[in-house]
Amino acid sequence: MNALAIENLSHSFGTRQVLQNVSFTVAEGRMCILLGRNGAGKTTLFSLITGLYHAWTGAVHVFDVAMQSNPSAALAQMGVVFQQPTLDLDLTAGENLRYHAALHGLPTELSKARSREELSRLEVLNRIDDRTRALSGGQRRRVEIARALMHGPRLLLLDEPTTGLDVPGRRALEQHVRDLCRERGIAVLWATHFLEEVAADDDVVVLDRGRICWAGLADHIAHELGVGSIAEAFALLTGSP
Amino acid sequence: MKVHHALRALDGILRREMLRSLRQRARLFSAMVRPLVWLAIFAAGFRSVLGLSITPPYQTYVLYEVYVVPGLAAMMLLFHAMASSLAMVYDREMGSMRLLLTAPLPRWYLLAARLLASVIVGLPLVYLFLFVARFWDVRPPILGYVAVFPALVLSGLMLGAFGLLVSSMSTQMENFAGVMNFVIFPMFFTSTALYPIWRLAEAGPVLATIAAWNPFSSAVELIRFALYLRFDTVSMLVVVACLVAFFLASLAGYDPGRGLWARRGGEG
Repeated sequence: MNALAIENLSHSFGTRQVLQNVSFTVAEGRMCILLGRNGAGKTTLFSLITGLYHAWTGAVHVFDVAMQSNPSAALAQMGVVFQQPTLDLDLTAGENLRYHAALHGLPTELSKARSREELSRLEVLNRIDDRTRALSGGQRRRVEIARALMHGPRLLLLDEPTTGLDVPGRRALEQHVRDLCRERGIAVLWATHFLEEVAADDDVVVLDRGRICWAGLADHIAHELGVGSIAEAFALLTGSP
Repeated sequence: MKVHHALRALDGILRREMLRSLRQRARLFSAMVRPLVWLAIFAAGFRSVLGLSITPPYQTYVLYEVYVVPGLAAMMLLFHAMASSLAMVYDREMGSMRLLLTAPLPRWYLLAARLLASVIVGLPLVYLFLFVARFWDVRPPILGYVAVFPALVLSGLMLGAFGLLVSSMSTQMENFAGVMNFVIFPMFFTSTALYPIWRLAEAGPVLATIAAWNPFSSAVELIRFALYLRFDTVSMLVVVACLVAFFLASLAGYDPGRGLWARRGGEG
């Protein structure tokens, strides 16, 4: 079953068309990398998938639930980490997680237990009672991922989650998400413009100027385009130097 | 929407509002001091120059302090609503609004819960002010403190819904200076909070007409009447009608298809 199915999604702001007939799927338990340069339309696509913007044309299905007709059921299956940090800086890490859990209808006791479990897994349990204002960028990102996992989603959406992190921080975060994908069978849609975040067995969707210009297994992209590396393939597809 | 889910979400939103409110001590302090400054300085100064004849719901001549306290209580609700509205714009700029709007509950419910939570958090300060006002010999009947509760909640909701509408139209926090100058101050000063309508009519019929149509005047009068165990039907109807109108308009503002979210544009 597809965790996420996007069909002919188009979107514009006024006369500016930002997405054109975007279609792709993310299979259950798979890691899918959405590759695109800045301004390619990745964040707009995330806003459409999460219902922040209304999709006037096309459709979004999450585990066969239509986002347009049943947004609450679709959102209940998703965990989202937006590009822009969304932690409440006046609350502690634990309070941020419990607030999210309440919005998803989790009982208090379960919410407390899960917040400890998720923070522990992401190695930030020692900061549970600290206000998120006091955390480093990498720790905040981990808290955001822990928060996105609180309600046990089957689909995790991450919009450029490593932006602003140093190289070790980026690698550690990527490894955590890959472990989640493998151990819990969570489907992941990871938007990025860092090519080094792509692994050979990932599914890759290349988005350029609002259009999908390639989709398939990462291992195949260079071979299919007749170039030597994924970096060269990306440059060829997007016309970037 | 399941009831237990909706109640847990409301509880979570309320807790967050309370925690944020308690941690912003300067804001709490100024919210309490503001009406006391009006009562202790402004009202004391006006006491000698502004005589008040018998004006409903008062059955005798009253001191200016007695007249102005319900207006100051409504002022507290107005400023609290605008602070809450500013917090929503801040949440949107900082990104935390996305978390609320992507919760698996209907958007109208999430916004209504946020509105209700904000009013609940603001009420204890209003009650504290009403009790402190007893030191200025403003002593409504004890039952008035109970009777005024629904009036405070309704007025708070109406003003909060207005704040929600303002937040749905504000693109950035800097715009709020304009909101203070062109919305809040005119709303407060062209109302019956500080002067009865007949006093305003003496100054000019236009001002009196504006005050009569100002929904903030209705909130003030609803509170004033309830505090003295009277019921002002017209004011209540105006407050409820404005609450519904402001809330529906703010829902349109937060609509993903039509509102500000839809017009803003994506980042990448």
